[in-house]
Amino acid sequence: MSGQLVVAQDLPWPPSVNDFYPPAVAGPWVTKFTLMVWLAVGLVIIFYMAAYRNPKLVPSKGQWLAESVYGLVRDNIAREQMGNAGIRFAPYFTVLFSFILITNIFSIVPGLQISPNSHIAFPIVLSAISYVLYLAVGVRKHGLLKYLKMSLILPGVPWPMHILLVPIEFLQNFVVRPVTLALRLFANMFAGHLLLLVFTVGGFVMLSADNLFVQVTSVFSFAMAIVMAFFEALVAVLQAYVFVTLTANYVGTSLAEEH
Amino acid sequence: MYLAAEGHNPILPIWQELVVGTIAFALLVFVLLKFVMPRMETMYQARVDAIEGGLKRAEAAQAEANQLLEQYRAQLAEVRTEAARIRDDARADAEGIRQDILAKAREESDRIIAAGKEQLVAERTTIVRELRTEVGTLAVDLASKIVGESLADEARRAGTVDRFLDGLESAGAR
Repeated sequence: MSGQLVVAQDLPWPPSVNDFYPPAVAGPWVTKFTLMVWLAVGLVIIFYMAAYRNPKLVPSKGQWLAESVYGLVRDNIAREQMGNAGIRFAPYFTVLFSFILITNIFSIVPGLQISPNSHIAFPIVLSAISYVLYLAVGVRKHGLLKYLKMSLILPGVPWPMHILLVPIEFLQNFVVRPVTLALRLFANMFAGHLLLLVFTVGGFVMLSADNLFVQVTSVFSFAMAIVMAFFEALVAVLQAYVFVTLTANYVGTSLAEEH
Repeated sequence: MYLAAEGHNPILPIWQELVVGTIAFALLVFVLLKFVMPRMETMYQARVDAIEGGLKRAEAAQAEANQLLEQYRAQLAEVRTEAARIRDDARADAEGIRQDILAKAREESDRIIAAGKEQLVAERTTIVRELRTEVGTLAVDLASKIVGESLADEARRAGTVDRFLDGLESAGAR
């Protein structure tokens, strides 16, 4: 990079936060991001409606795919984290998983190239719902006081330790959990997009350089961009899985009898 | 070009996006939870039932088949022992009958032999009796002959005796 890079006029180099805020299509309500969210909602609804228009015991291809997602969430996430009590949450978790998965995948879909989850607003919405869900489940199951006591007071600890432990437990259960849930998804998608930008835009910047050596080297940058796109696909699936698994885990601890 | 978005902090949410995200996701959750997911769980249960039910039915059928097989085997064994018993009985019966017949035949033959012997003895005694009377008659005949002949001729006398003896011999030989 020590060569004299001539930055092309229309290439935003180096990539910055502002690359995540393209100009609005029509006002603050209709932007690329809000449109992508509506698109994701539409796609997920259409997929499930089409797949389950006429469900059969021996499934068609679409129905099989839809049931595979449901089966994965039901058995590998909900039941794994919460036992058989988790099955009644499996439908919501499936919707959540599908929505996060498709919005994450947008980050490598040509033409979209960015995930709505790289704007923190959307992870905040999802994590807030998970937060309310696990609090509501806990309060409904145990009552408010018992739930608070369960969440804040560790059993079998000498009482002076509670001076230290109660604030930590409070922070852990009521602040850190939802914040990290939102931040983890947001940061992964944000960083993933930034990486893709670095290698793709970097490749173009190198290609438009005066130096022939630098122009040839841009091949590596593009190759790296392709590798990163596959990596991004992996991260997209993984983060959807992690988000839903953690939500299931939090709801599961709310349901649990002991701390 | 990027002036409109200048100075964004990525950690601070855009409130319009919060609203849009909430509404859009709520719509998604509502539609899918109302129209798709209940059917999916139902279908899932139905499939589990179908598979587990099928397995259970197959197991029951297998168990029944095994039981029947066992029953048939037991019956077959029973029939085999029964057949063996019948065969043994028959063999014993046949042996008994053979022994009976043999015994009877032996008895019969003994009886026939005994009857034959008796008859022989009876015949012999009658023959002996007849012979005795005949010998007596002969002796009397001979005596009268001897007495009736003139005993002057010594040579004739010898001849008479010889003739008598010859006659006696021939009578004995008869």
